[in-house]
This record gives sequence, structure tokens and C-alpha cells, in this order.
Amino acid sequence: MLNYELAVIGGGPAGMAAALEARENGVQKIIILERAATLGGILEQCIHAGFGLHYFKEELSGPEYAHRFIEMVEKTDIDVKVDTMVLTIDGDNVITATNNADGLIEIKAKAIVLAMGCRERPRGAINISGSRCSGIMTAGTAQKYVNIDGYMPGHKIVILGSGDIGLIMARRMALEGADVKMVCELQPYSNGLTRNIVQCLDDMGIPLKLSCTVAATHGKDRLEGVTIVKTDEKLRPIPGTEEYVECDTLLLSVGLIPENELTRMAGIELDRVTNGAVVDEYRQTSKAGVFACGNVLQVHDLVDYVTIESKLAGEGAAKFIKGEMACGKQVETQGVDGVRYIVPQKINKETDKDVNLYFRVGSVYKGAKLVVTAGEQVILTKKRPRMCPSEMETVTIKKEVIEAIPDGVKLTVKVEE
Amino acid sequence: MIKNIVCVACPMGCPITVTLSDGGEVLEVKGNTCPRGKAYAVTECTAPTRMLTSTVKVTGGRTAMVPVKTSVPVPKGMMLDVMKEINAVEIAAPVTIGQVIIKDVLGTGADIIATNMC
Repeated sequence: MLNYELAVIGGGPAGMAAALEARENGVQKIIILERAATLGGILEQCIHAGFGLHYFKEELSGPEYAHRFIEMVEKTDIDVKVDTMVLTIDGDNVITATNNADGLIEIKAKAIVLAMGCRERPRGAINISGSRCSGIMTAGTAQKYVNIDGYMPGHKIVILGSGDIGLIMARRMALEGADVKMVCELQPYSNGLTRNIVQCLDDMGIPLKLSCTVAATHGKDRLEGVTIVKTDEKLRPIPGTEEYVECDTLLLSVGLIPENELTRMAGIELDRVTNGAVVDEYRQTSKAGVFACGNVLQVHDLVDYVTIESKLAGEGAAKFIKGEMACGKQVETQGVDGVRYIVPQKINKETDKDVNLYFRVGSVYKGAKLVVTAGEQVILTKKRPRMCPSEMETVTIKKEVIEAIPDGVKLTVKVEE
Repeated sequence: MIKNIVCVACPMGCPITVTLSDGGEVLEVKGNTCPRGKAYAVTECTAPTRMLTSTVKVTGGRTAMVPVKTSVPVPKGMMLDVMKEINAVEIAAPVTIGQVIIKDVLGTGADIIATNMC
């Protein structure tokens, strides 16, 4: 059995930032376990620019952003095992993993950071009738084909879902000469960042069809076309609005799911809304010494925020290893009236710094206020000119305020119109 | 003339209103929350540019393609022409980050540079 102070599962931006921050905070023996052949995670295939504006104050492409962290990891004595798949985490924080070089390995760690990221919601998770012909794939799969393998998966493209990867791929395919016919979005609003609507669709003249979905696919061996249909306010198809669109490829950008199989197997409590672990302000899960950060905890819009969150988890893991973690009474957080969830779900009352609450709203709001309360007491009111589900919101709560919240009272965030 | 644009200088997406004179001169910029936003709005209304990213074929590398970007933004209207130049080249591994693959592409002043190792 290998012994480490900290084992980090996942070598993407989250795992690397957590490992580096733990190292910075005095943790000596650290290992990163990565399933792919290289560190970097999904950033390796995200060749577009727009990364790092918040964290590095400059505009980088995905591989460049990843490379900055890869270089930092290489300069340390942090051990890295690539091509390594973690199978289980047991009750005593023993990790079982496997790879071709070592066979089956067991790693005992004082603390573990979960940084496995997320995966795309596949075709099977949404109901579209039609045969299993080729030409239907997630936007991220197409992104790997085009950007890593240099292979165009099709020429006449329809995209379902206006998530950021779908928008990015609309532009990418159009730049490579494909005829990108449209992006269909079930909701009456876009699910991507505004800048992606402007730069990816408006720039390339690709129409965004809101309140519209794909009802059926046509073709036996290869996709030949799709039937699109308008949807009503309850997102149900409106009969009589069907339209046939000829295409050979359908890309799906219909949501991301945190990859929490290991978390679930380890018996860690999950949040029903985020599909990630329930965590405290240092991202410690319900299992002592196990932390979670990045897209495995909550799906982020920007990698910059993944880095910030993961540094917190790395710092927390270091505190846990040194026995400096607060473990007294906790305050629960709760999103109500338009606020779908809050991360962290719990905050230690004795926390040693101000806490940022991260959350998403359930629909589009203009000129609304965010109101933070503890019981009857209003703690904070923030005006927001525009809020939408695709953009994560944050408010900062002072540590003195958290300390003063009476026992049993929840910290609540709501939208007030 | 008044132009409403959405700032794409960063992911905030601020709505900006630009007032232009009849000659196309920028008179006023409103709604931006940072200096980058103002600069973007002025450029967008006078000479729009875009950072272009794509991939270049590599022989003998760990992957078939290496990602590239323009070192500075290029005129928006020239994106497809620059793409043709990018797709016409093929380079041999090893490739390093920041390596210039095409110098001053189409006289735009932008170099095409690698954004990953290969």
C-alpha cells in the first residue's frame, strides 16, 4: 500500500489547483491520479479563448490555461499517475486504483480531494424518437473529434441545446466549413454565456431558435434530417409546428452531470439539485477528510471559478491534515424563492474567513434583488441588473455575521423582484 | 446613431450603448463596467476584430492536431480567409507552446501561434 498525506482524484484544473494549494499550505506527500494520458482534463480540447480573464487577468485558450498549472505541478514534487482509473474509496480513505504499469494499487491518504469533473448528458437522457443511426453525438464528443483528432464528424449540422459547448462547437464547425443550420433551445432563454451567443452565433450568422426542440431524428445508417418542433410555456411540443430540417449531424449540448459514482459509492451525501456532494466552506464533504471541488461539486461556467474553489479545497485539506479544521457547530444554507441551490451547503461557525456563497437562479430576472437573511434578520441585499440560470451568482458573507447566527437558524438567499 | 451591443471582452456580457455621429465617430459609450468594455465597444463600432482559434495538422506528435490562436485579434471579416491559411499548413512535432506557425498571417499583423505542446 502506498501512503500519502493527500490523494487528489482527477488531474484537470480542479485537481491541479487543489494539489498545488495543499502543497503551498505545507502538505508534503501528494499524489494526483488521472484517468487520461495527460494532465489538463477537458481544457485540452477547449481550444477557444476566454479562459483566465478573472484569474490570470489575461485571455488564454483552454490548453494554455491548463499548461500554466501543469508547469507548476511539474516544478513541485507532487507525484502524478496518469492513465490511472480510481475504482473505489473505502471507509478509511483507502483508494483502490488500476493502471497498466502498476496493476491494482491501494493508496492510503490522510485526506482526499475529489476532482473528477463532469460529463455530458447523453442522448439516452432526453427523449428523441428515431433510430440509432450515426451522426448523433454530444457537442463535447464532436469537439474532441475536431480539435484533437482532426476529424470532421459531419457537414450539415443541427445543434440541440444552447449550452456553452454547443455554442462553441457551432462556431468551430462553421469555421471549418460546415453548414451549421441552427441551434435549438427548449427553454425560452439561452443556456449559454451571453458572450458565446454574440461571438459564436451572431458572428457566424447561425440562428438561435428559442422554445424549440428536436422531436424526431430520421435516417437508418446515417442521420438524414431532424424534425424540430416549437414548445409551449410548459416546454411541451406544440402540435402542428413541426418542421423538417435536413442534416447529417445532430450535436447535443443539453447539460452536464457531475461524475459522482465514486462519491456515491463512498457513501458521501449528495445534493439533489447540484448532483454534487454536500460540502462546508472548505469544500469538505460529509465524510471527514474527503473534499470535493470543480465540476464534480457543481457545474461551473468559468474555469477561473473552478480554480478559486479548488484552492479552497486544497487549503481545507491542508488544514484537515494538520488538525486545524473547525469542527464545532455549523450553519446550514438554503436557497429559496428563485435560488435553486447554494454551495457551500454548510458553514462552520468558527470559520476563519469570509465565505462566498455560489448559486444559480431558476429563471431570467431583470432588475431584481438578492436578499440574504438569517431567520428574520436581513443580512445583505444586493441589486442585480440581470440574472439568468446560465450564469452563476455569488455573494460574500462576513465571518462575524456567520458567527452571530443563532443555533438552528438557516442562512437563506432569495430573489426579490 | 445609437448602437446597442453586448460586450464580449469578458464573460460578464455587459449591455453597452454607443452613440455614433453621422460620420461613424464614437460620441459616447454607456453601460460598460470596465475600461476594456469601453475599448471593445469603440472597436466593435468602428473596426470589429476577433481572436481566432483553430487547429493545425501535426506529423509525429502525440495528437493529430495542435491548437493555435492569433497572437492579436484579426479583423472580423477576415476570419474565414485566415482559416484557409491555417488549414493549408502542416507542421512536424515537436511543437512548443507559443511557437510561431505562420508569421503575420495575410498581413494582419497577427502571428498564428501554437497554444499547446505536441
